[in-house]
Amino acid sequence: MRLLTHNMLSSNIKGVTNGFPLLIEVEKVVEKQVDFNEDFLRNMFPKIEWKALVEASRTMGYTELPENAESSMLDSDEFLGKFHHALVELHLEEGALVCPETGRKFPVNKGIPNMLLHEDEV
Amino acid sequence: MLSRTAQIRLVSSHPEVYDPCDDSFALVDALLADRANLLEHRPSICMEVGCGSGYVITSLALMLGKDSSGCYFIATDINPHAVGVTRKTMEAHGCHADLVTTDIASGLEKRLAGSVDVMVVNPPYVPTPEYEVGQFGIASAWAGGENGRSIIDKILPVADNLLSDKGWLYLVTLTANNPSEICLQMMKNGYASRIVLQRSTEEESLHIIKLWRNLDTQLEVYYSPR
Repeated sequence: MRLLTHNMLSSNIKGVTNGFPLLIEVEKVVEKQVDFNEDFLRNMFPKIEWKALVEASRTMGYTELPENAESSMLDSDEFLGKFHHALVELHLEEGALVCPETGRKFPVNKGIPNMLLHEDEV
Repeated sequence: MLSRTAQIRLVSSHPEVYDPCDDSFALVDALLADRANLLEHRPSICMEVGCGSGYVITSLALMLGKDSSGCYFIATDINPHAVGVTRKTMEAHGCHADLVTTDIASGLEKRLAGSVDVMVVNPPYVPTPEYEVGQFGIASAWAGGENGRSIIDKILPVADNLLSDKGWLYLVTLTANNPSEICLQMMKNGYASRIVLQRSTEEESLHIIKLWRNLDTQLEVYYSPR
């Protein structure tokens, strides 16, 4: 699971109002090289919750992202490189995503998060 | 020559996962026929709901450009085995999609709202008794309840929420699902539609519908004099 996807996931448990971002429990991180695409990064940037990405990447062991970001920074190759790396090259292979409100864990196995709820959570 | 669709010999399988069949091939054929439009469309986010074996999402990724570094592919399935099979199928073809095991798009809906440029769905469309709907395992691939519409009717509002302004939805339906009624319903929500492919096999008659927001209609509504 890439951090782009983590940035798009929120707790789907019934009644939860503060379900984003999900906390990350790391068991195994893998770095996978992905071709750089500037258009893609520019398209995604407005959709990304930056603080959540920074926090998540730190949990995964990457500390290079600036605390804050604004679109003018997309003109910097250095920034783009870091954004690219954090967004699509860091994979959580094994671990869990944790609902910040209830503490409920959504397992991540082989890079796939399982968001299926039990009957009482729907 | 690079194949533009997934190759059957590279598609993974599992006893609890729906193997690619006429409906999967029809959907991919419809996408292939629309390939030039899809490329021109330059989608940023493509999503499949109900990825099964991964045949369709893999084909979509291949036909839009193998490295597809310009597009974010995401796929979901309620069946964890299906998601696992999709992962293997994508890997075998050198493609990547982010995969989530979930019910339709549960967990993604808030953050992906208004963001999906292309959505493809081959839903469980077979008319079955209601009690067969939502069972885990391979039956979740086809059981569609009354008129085969149970899951389709759950998916349509989710699609409406997720699709961007320029979003396109490709949906596989049977005659029994009443595709014209689906189109009419969606028209009331501001969508235009077209049956982009029809195929009759011995067993079923498939209609692949393409839906998109008819922004002109919305403008007309806004400007019409009171």
